[in-house]
Amino acid sequence: MKRQKEIYAKKVKYKVSTADRIISVLTYVIYTIFAFVCVYPFYYIFINTISSNDLSQRGKVLFWPKELHFNNYKQVMQIPDLFRALEISIARTLVGTLFTVVIAAFLGFMFTRETLWKRKIWYRFVAATMYFNAGIIPWFITMRNLHLTNNFWGYILPMAVQPFYIILCKTFVESVPKELQDAAEIDGAGTLRVFFSIIVPVIKPILATIAIFAAVAQWNAFQDTLLLVTDSKLYTLQFTLYQYINQASSLKALVNNSTSGVNLAASLAHAQTATSIRMTVTIVVVTPIILVYPIFQRFFTKGIMIGAVKG
Amino acid sequence: MKKYFQNKRNRRGFREFLYILPFLVLVAIFSYYPLYGWVYAFFDYKPPFPLSMDQFAGLKWFKSMVDNPVKLMQILKVLRNTFAMSGLSLLFSWFPMIFAVFLNEIKCVPFKKFVQTVTTLPNFISWVLVYSIAYCLLNSTGVVNSILMSLGIIESPQLFLQSADHVWFKMWVWLTWKNAGWSAIMYIAAITGIDGELTEAARVDGASRMQIIRHITIPSILPTYFVLVMLSLANFLSNGMEQYFVFENAFNKESIQVLDLYVYNLAMGNGGYSLSTAISILKSVVSVLLLCGTNGISKLVRGEGFI
Repeated sequence: MKRQKEIYAKKVKYKVSTADRIISVLTYVIYTIFAFVCVYPFYYIFINTISSNDLSQRGKVLFWPKELHFNNYKQVMQIPDLFRALEISIARTLVGTLFTVVIAAFLGFMFTRETLWKRKIWYRFVAATMYFNAGIIPWFITMRNLHLTNNFWGYILPMAVQPFYIILCKTFVESVPKELQDAAEIDGAGTLRVFFSIIVPVIKPILATIAIFAAVAQWNAFQDTLLLVTDSKLYTLQFTLYQYINQASSLKALVNNSTSGVNLAASLAHAQTATSIRMTVTIVVVTPIILVYPIFQRFFTKGIMIGAVKG
Repeated sequence: MKKYFQNKRNRRGFREFLYILPFLVLVAIFSYYPLYGWVYAFFDYKPPFPLSMDQFAGLKWFKSMVDNPVKLMQILKVLRNTFAMSGLSLLFSWFPMIFAVFLNEIKCVPFKKFVQTVTTLPNFISWVLVYSIAYCLLNSTGVVNSILMSLGIIESPQLFLQSADHVWFKMWVWLTWKNAGWSAIMYIAAITGIDGELTEAARVDGASRMQIIRHITIPSILPTYFVLVMLSLANFLSNGMEQYFVFENAFNKESIQVLDLYVYNLAMGNGGYSLSTAISILKSVVSVLLLCGTNGISKLVRGEGFI
C-alpha cells in the first residue's frame, strides 16, 4: 500500500501538463511584478535621498544611487520642528500602546470573571461601541469640552479602550484552563494577584500581537492631530510630513535658514530641494515601520486566526 | 442591599466592578457621551457659544438637504463618489482571493514568503506616507514621468495627482496597493485549512492544477469571501476620510469627495457644524441598517451572522 502511494506520488510529479507549466511560469512572472510594485517605491525614494540632489532633480536616479552622499539626512535632522515631531510620535506610540495593551488584557480578563457584578451588561456596554460612531463633530466638541484639544492626552485616552482587542484577550483567557485560576484562588490569591501572576504570563503571545498593532496604529495616526491640534509643539511626524508635502516653497527656505552654516560646506550639487527634503522625511517616517515589520510579521496569521474566532 | 454585600462572593464581584469602573467611564465618555452631540443637528449651532433653546431649528437642516437645489446637487455628487469608490472595491473584491489562490500555487517557498512579506508591507504605512510616496513617484521629476518621457509616450511631464481624470480608478489602485496583500492573508489562512487529502485524491484522479483550484480551493474559501463581501457591503457608506483627504486638491475635489470627507470639509470649511452633524446622523442610521441587513443575509445563507 505504502509503496503504491509512492508510485502515485512519483507519477503525479512527472505528469505536469504544458498548460500547468505555462500557468507556473505566468504565476512567477506576475508575482514578481506585484512584489516589484510594492518594493520599488520605497527603494526608489531611498536611493534618491542618498544620491546627488542635482541628478535626482533631473530624474536621473532610477535604479541605483549616483554620487552617494548623506547630506540630506544631516540637514533634515537639523530642522527643529521635525525633531520635536519625532519625539511626540515616539511618546504617543509608547504611552498609547502601553495603555491599550494593559487595558485590553485587564478588561479581557475581568470579563471572563463569573463573579464580576453584572458582567454581561458591562461586556456588551464595551463591545457595542465597535458598531457605532457619533461622527467627527460631536466627537470634536466632546474633546473640546474635556480640554483634550491641544493636549497630549488627546492622543492617548480616546484610543485607550479598544473593544476588539478586549474581545481577543477575552477569547484567549477563556482558552486557558480554569483550574489554574481556581488553584490560585484556593491558595488565597485575590483578583488582581490572579491577573498579574497567572493570566499575564499565559496570555503574553496575544499581548505581543496587540502591542504591535496598537503601536502601528499610534505611529500612523493622523486624523486626531488634524482635528484636535493647532499647537505646532504637539504635531506628530505624520502630520509634519503631510505639511511638508503641501507647502512647497517655504520648505526650502526652512532648511536653508536653519542650517545655513552647514550649507556653505555642502557643494551645490548637494543643496537641498523641496523634493529632496520630502523624500528624506518620507524615509525617516517609514523606517520604524520597516524595522519592526519583520518582527511583527510572525504574528500576522496568529492574530488573524484568533480574530476569526467570534468574541 | 445590605444582605447582598454580606455574601463574600458578591462583595468580591462588586470590588471587581470597581476595578473596571474607570475604564467603563472612559468608554462612556469617548463612545457614548459624543452621541449627545447629535442634538446639534436640530439647532442653529454657532461654534464657540454654548447651546441655548432659542437656537432650536427642528428639522431645518434635514429639510435643507432636499429643499436647497445647490446643496442637493452637491450631496448627490458626493453620494455618487461614495458609491463609485465603494462599488469599485466591491467589484474587484475577488482580487485578494485570486491573489491568495495563485500565491499558494507557488512551490518555491522562499519566493512565496518574500512575495507575501513585501505585498503586506504597504498595509502598515499610513495614508500620509502613501500620499508622499505617490508624490515622490508621480511629481514632474519623478520616476513615472522620466520613464514615460524617455519612452516618448508623453512630451512634457504630466501632473498625475493634480488631474481630475480617472480619480475613482486611481483611488482604487492606491487602495489596492495598500490593502490587497493584507486581505490575501485571510484567504491564505483559509487555504491552509483545506484538508490535504482532498487535493491529494483529486490529483491522483488526474485533476490538473486549474481543476483543483476551480473545484476544491475556491469552493472551500468562498465562505470567507462571502463574509468579507458582506462586511464591505455593511461599510458601503464609510470609506473613511484619510485616504481622500490626503489625495484631495483643488483639481480633483469634485470627484474625490466621499461622504466622510464631505462631512469633515463641511464642518471645518465654513463652520457648518449642524448640517454636517445632520448628514453624519443619516449616514449612521443607514450604516446600522446595512449592518443589520447584511447580518441577516449572512444568517440566511450561512446560518450564522457576524455580529
